[in-house]
Amino acid sequence: MISSLPLLPPFLPLLIGSIAAIFLRGHLRSAIMLLAPIWGALQLAGLEHGIYWSMDFMGYQLEPVRVDKLSIMFGYLFHLAAFIAVIYALHVKDTLQHVAGLSYAASALGAVFAGDLLTLFVFWEMLALTSVFLIWARRTDRAYGAGMRYIIMKVLSGVLLLAGALIFIKHTGSARFTEIGLDHDGALSLGAWLIFIAFGIKCAFPFLHNWLTDAYPEATPTGTIFLASFTTKVAVYALARGFPGTELLVWIGVTMACFPIFFAVIENDLRRVLAYSLINQVGFMVVGIGIGTSLALNGAVAHAFNDVIFKGLLMMTMGAVLHMTGRINGSELGGLYKSMPKTTILCIVGAASISAFPLFSGFVSKSMIMSAAVAQGYDVVWLLLLFAAAGVFHHAGIKIPYFAFFAHDSGIRTTEPPKNMLLAMAIAAGLCIVIGTFPAQTVYALLPWEATYQPYDITHVLTQLQLLFFSALAFVWLNKKNLYPPELPSTNLDADWLYRKWAPSYIVPFYLSLVDIKEKFGKWVHELVSAAINSSYDREKDQPKGYFAQLWPTETMVAWVAILLTGILLLNYL
Amino acid sequence: MSKPQEKPDFFDKPENISMMLKVFYGLCVFLVVADFIVHRHIYHSWENIPAFYAVYGFIGCVMLVVVAKAMRKVLMKEEDYYDK
Repeated sequence: MISSLPLLPPFLPLLIGSIAAIFLRGHLRSAIMLLAPIWGALQLAGLEHGIYWSMDFMGYQLEPVRVDKLSIMFGYLFHLAAFIAVIYALHVKDTLQHVAGLSYAASALGAVFAGDLLTLFVFWEMLALTSVFLIWARRTDRAYGAGMRYIIMKVLSGVLLLAGALIFIKHTGSARFTEIGLDHDGALSLGAWLIFIAFGIKCAFPFLHNWLTDAYPEATPTGTIFLASFTTKVAVYALARGFPGTELLVWIGVTMACFPIFFAVIENDLRRVLAYSLINQVGFMVVGIGIGTSLALNGAVAHAFNDVIFKGLLMMTMGAVLHMTGRINGSELGGLYKSMPKTTILCIVGAASISAFPLFSGFVSKSMIMSAAVAQGYDVVWLLLLFAAAGVFHHAGIKIPYFAFFAHDSGIRTTEPPKNMLLAMAIAAGLCIVIGTFPAQTVYALLPWEATYQPYDITHVLTQLQLLFFSALAFVWLNKKNLYPPELPSTNLDADWLYRKWAPSYIVPFYLSLVDIKEKFGKWVHELVSAAINSSYDREKDQPKGYFAQLWPTETMVAWVAILLTGILLLNYL
Repeated sequence: MSKPQEKPDFFDKPENISMMLKVFYGLCVFLVVADFIVHRHIYHSWENIPAFYAVYGFIGCVMLVVVAKAMRKVLMKEEDYYDK
């Protein structure tokens, strides 16, 4: 059946689904939106490895679709993520969100299958332009501002990518997107760095990360599920393709894994806690890419695969809480297990997965990266990752379920979220357990690089359980001693303070003084011109002083025309 | 919204909580004891320290919370800080 369908680029089924969502309504729209990812995944299964639809563009070879093990793994992942997110959003009536969500997923697919840098750039920008509407669709002032800052960062990333790509294409003579690395000379080095930073912005490198923690928690409850699934994972894919084994990435990654957990502990908005935790998980992947061995790279992409599902699940449970109660701050929630028991259990499954409990998905991928770090002699990195792994359990594994569903009873009584939301969460939770329990038949079967790894041995299980149980013990102990920081309504300053408060505090007065100078200059010029006019104008006679500028009666004009015509007539006879 | 006649739940009873905590402490002790019985593979010399992961996890998390609390003194602003 698959072979009888016409071969389409992998992004097209979802794009067609999103266009259909513009025109269709009701059950028909729901059906088409659900079918689009299924159709896309079947279509993908029919694609052999290779390059499709390659064409010449201004003397360069473009490869719009390249299918290999790495791209196909992300391809399946994105179809799965889109399918879950569509189910989760089925109750939403807002056409904008459906269209933006599906076309955003389509852009992510286009990006991971792009075989050349120019195609990559096109989808890179489309990712930004489609996703921002999921933020704006919240239709609040905060979401509008956050969306603006988001799109500015994303467009900056796109511009850097284009500049870097053009330098690279000119100097290498090829547009192919393959391993780039940072070891180059001259202009090529500049190009490589520009591309690296462009990827880094989307990957939420430290100091470039605030678009994520700023915008994701301001998006709609359903929009955040799409957002958390695609952008950073496309960046992880791009780094794995372009910069595997770049040692700098190890240190960037370990910073990403560590610093956000401090912010996550004191953050009140639970979706923002998850946004910080997203950066922390991407940090693990970036470390894996930086180490660059087959095991580490496999660990990075396997963790990306699992993260989309368990982070999606956690985001979905918090989205359900926001949808049902209208609240998301830890300080206002608590005791929800009484009215949302199913959501509570699903949240705990997500928490166990992100914390890498044995038999849950995080365990089978995170441990690959840790093992690779030890094997390559990155001792400090390994210790810091171990700390980050304990910290994840602390803020995402315990804090999220505890403050939302348990802690002190906030008195909020609600019901379970709509059935489609529950179903989406149940699918994600099921996948977390299936992948965690049978990794060899699921995520490991898709891994692009050759490496054997066995997550389940007594050492791994015992040490991981020790780490997690004693992290939990620390939480219990701190709570009993009243040392645990309470959830407080607050804003915590991060690097975005630089461009949201500090820079404006200089730029706004600077701009105002520029406006002032412009006005003064305008006034001065005006005065100068008036003076020049006044000096040549006779106010008493109300006429200009200059001979030619004076007004003449019509008769004089007629006389002159007659003289001119006579002149021409005479010339004619000469 | 809260109903006054609502029955106290499982987690509302302090005796249930303390029982759960006892089980939890028991599991913690078991995991440390297991460390001395089971032969672990050692990939890194630090892993030779008895119950290294347990100690590291506990101290790491306490450090995390202490540092994060200290960060609040510098970083915490009112909720509408950026809206003003």
